[in-house]
Amino acid sequence: MTMFKKNPSLMVFIALLAIFTLAVTFMSEAYGTGALSTSFVKTLGKTLCLALVAIAMDLVWGYTGILSLGHFAFFGLGGYMIGMWLMYARTEIIVIESMANAPIPPTPSEISDAIGTQIFGVVGSSDFPLIWSFAHSFWAQIALVVLVPGLLALVFGWLAFRSRVTGVYLSILTQAMTLALSLYLFQNDSGLRGNNGLSGLQNLPGADAISQDNISIWFFWASAFALLLTYLIAAFIVSGKFGSVIRGIRDDEARVRFLGYSVEGFKLFVFTLTAVIAAIGGALYYPQAGIINPAEIAPIASIYLAVWVAIGGRGRIYGAVIGAAFVSLVSTYFTGGQAPDISLGFYTIKWVDWWLVFLGLSFVLVTLFAPKGIGGLFDLITDRMSPNRHGVPLGPDKGSLREEEAEK
Amino acid sequence: MSNTGTLLEVSGISVSFDGFKAINNLSFAIGPAEMRAIIGPNGAGKTTFMDIVTGKTKPDEGKVLWGELSRNLIGMNEAKIARAGIGRKFQRPTVFEDQTVFENLLMAVKNDRNPLKVLFFRPKFKDLAKVEELAAEIGLSDQLERKSGELSHGQKQWLEIGMLLAQDPKLLLVDEPAAGMTLGEREHTTDILKEAAKTRAVVVVEHDMEFVRRLDCKVTVLHEGSVLAEGSLDHVTQNQDVIDVYLGR
Repeated sequence: MTMFKKNPSLMVFIALLAIFTLAVTFMSEAYGTGALSTSFVKTLGKTLCLALVAIAMDLVWGYTGILSLGHFAFFGLGGYMIGMWLMYARTEIIVIESMANAPIPPTPSEISDAIGTQIFGVVGSSDFPLIWSFAHSFWAQIALVVLVPGLLALVFGWLAFRSRVTGVYLSILTQAMTLALSLYLFQNDSGLRGNNGLSGLQNLPGADAISQDNISIWFFWASAFALLLTYLIAAFIVSGKFGSVIRGIRDDEARVRFLGYSVEGFKLFVFTLTAVIAAIGGALYYPQAGIINPAEIAPIASIYLAVWVAIGGRGRIYGAVIGAAFVSLVSTYFTGGQAPDISLGFYTIKWVDWWLVFLGLSFVLVTLFAPKGIGGLFDLITDRMSPNRHGVPLGPDKGSLREEEAEK
Repeated sequence: MSNTGTLLEVSGISVSFDGFKAINNLSFAIGPAEMRAIIGPNGAGKTTFMDIVTGKTKPDEGKVLWGELSRNLIGMNEAKIARAGIGRKFQRPTVFEDQTVFENLLMAVKNDRNPLKVLFFRPKFKDLAKVEELAAEIGLSDQLERKSGELSHGQKQWLEIGMLLAQDPKLLLVDEPAAGMTLGEREHTTDILKEAAKTRAVVVVEHDMEFVRRLDCKVTVLHEGSVLAEGSLDHVTQNQDVIDVYLGR
């Protein structure tokens, strides 16, 4: 198949992911030696979800040239959608258990009110907002994981692309979207518990008897499988004529238009598809994180996403995976307080404070001096060269591939 | 080939940019299998004319009628007009430099342009045959797997003409195809365009009189946004107005 021919890295990735998944399983507390703590298994599972959303970002930015700084909003929305069911269903079980001892059996509306009080007491309310209408149904909320971010992306993208907003203006629009969404969710009357967010998501309803050791590894497997599927879908999309067209849009969208392709249609397709992929990543991430609040969809999160892809190397799928995994794991290490402080005598460098500065600096350095990112290291091994174009990028558009990013 | 009927009829279009009249009540018609050269001094409105026909610029007034059904192209977007059968070659060679010659041509070959159809597209034998045939025509048969960014200037120009032909348009608009080409390359370019004009309409905008002479076709002279003269090259070069505004300088 062309997909495998055009992406020689595909087999390597599948093999490495399989080995990694098996290794983690055999070192987990549930099914192996216990060398890896359950919380670390969760960290690894979350990292896989971040790699997944980074692939979505690479498709939309690295391949189509749309620097969306709002894809983490879709990720967060996916998390909220699954979180609503998790909270509702678990609270329902607790409420029914506690009411079972009452002399008179509770009516359905009493149960519903009690659940409402439990969930919304924290924001001084007990009524279910309209958006919780489907929270009782697992399948409905699963559908909403895809539908809500998908529709938001479709409407937003349609409005933006139809008006031919491109480049930095589109990036600003997407930042405005994610900022507006997080500010809205911060409000107590948004119906999603304001800044408290949704919590206790790690406790699966009806699974109290099952240890988190097991649940964590199940989610790890699910995340690995979802990452694999996303990787395959991305490789399929970019390998054929569709990939040719979107790379054409990245480098020179006017030319694509004069070839008879509806540039807006293709952009909208990629934007919406990647929003859905991001949402699925979020739906797997937040049950492992245990909590989601509006800070998760703050504009900075989407910027991080672009940083991961840039550091990993945009325009190559494995680059996105490496960037997201590497940067997020290193971030966890340095901001988690595990890294030892460096004492300079007159000043002590605390990593918790200095990590962000360090990350920002490395982003600037990578952009300036190693535009291929970490993924570019593989080019050294496989002896692939950049073309010598005397500094001329590969197309007239702002997002087009730069000389140093291209392959000869 | 019969030249009866018109393929494209531009009637009474005007467009101004900030008060500057780039096109002034321009009317122009071309038949279904005809070669036409458009010449004129800088600022005569040659490129703006192409922008209007291909949907890039909306005129202030006038109509652009297309095909047997005389559909008005005004208001249609670029992609729709391209799908209706108008192909355009830019002045600077614009090919997708990060992609191979094969990918460039395959993208241009006439097929369904719907995103979903494109996503599940697998090249059939006829598509591959078409790419091979075009590559042979533009002299790039042994360059199919090269990135088009590595091609020479002339080869890029041919590749773009090849992409145009791959779309199988009824009308080709070609902006200064011979710019920056060597003599040998110019001859090859003339051959490709003449061959194309046997089955479709070709409009060439050109500055170079030698190249226009080699095309051996009807010439339209534009000046200040409207037609100054029309006819054979010899006819228009003897026209006093043309000599005054263009050749005399």
